[in-house]
Amino acid sequence: MADKTLDAKGLNCPLPILRAKKTLKDVPAGGTLEVLATDPGSVADFAAFCRTTGNELVESTADNGVYRFLIKHVA
Amino acid sequence: MSETDQNGSNAKSMTIIVTKGSLDWAYPPFILGTTAAAMGVDVTMFFTFYGLELLKKKLDLQVTALGNAAMKMPLAGMHMSMPNIVNMLPGVDAGATVMMKNLIKKKGVASIEELREAAIEAEIKIIACQMTLDLFEYNKSDLIDGVALGGAATYMEKALKSDINLFI
Repeated sequence: MADKTLDAKGLNCPLPILRAKKTLKDVPAGGTLEVLATDPGSVADFAAFCRTTGNELVESTADNGVYRFLIKHVA
Repeated sequence: MSETDQNGSNAKSMTIIVTKGSLDWAYPPFILGTTAAAMGVDVTMFFTFYGLELLKKKLDLQVTALGNAAMKMPLAGMHMSMPNIVNMLPGVDAGATVMMKNLIKKKGVASIEELREAAIEAEIKIIACQMTLDLFEYNKSDLIDGVALGGAATYMEKALKSDINLFI
């Protein structure tokens, strides 16, 4: 499974991104971070975050109002 | 890729001039600044005039509905704006501020304290306008630690080299 999981449910912009960035520091290069969020804006945000920082958005799914992002930490 | 570019020549940079100090206006600069920093941007925030309120050690940010033509807050199941004659009454501003703070907490939006803390942690360069400090007779000791002082030329030098310059 993912090396780390971040529960950002109930948090609004920009907290999911800020918390993810902070948590990514503890994920080794090549490792993965799973983020759970309820903020609908986070879907576009995490895609943009990954494109800009070079991290890979491996998965982006939604299930019953909870969005799940699997991010691979590219050093 | 770009995270290690933080101080490299390929790193993007941004400056924000922060001129307002009310609770609602505090959000755009801090959200943009912290998000940019999280995306590898080198951020400088220059606080001037009422923006200095956002650097006070103890934050006491207020919001007012007076003259705020677009302010329609959720109230009793609808979105309502009050006529200015009501917004002028003593206590209404304080009430609006409490309402906004409650909404912020309820919706999981970060507090300004938290965003400011994140900005400091992200090593965003914070510059306070020296002239405003003098003008309003504030002391540097009124502000949080770690704030540099500067003037327009200090800002201008940074802005000339930045990819994004915002005036908020």
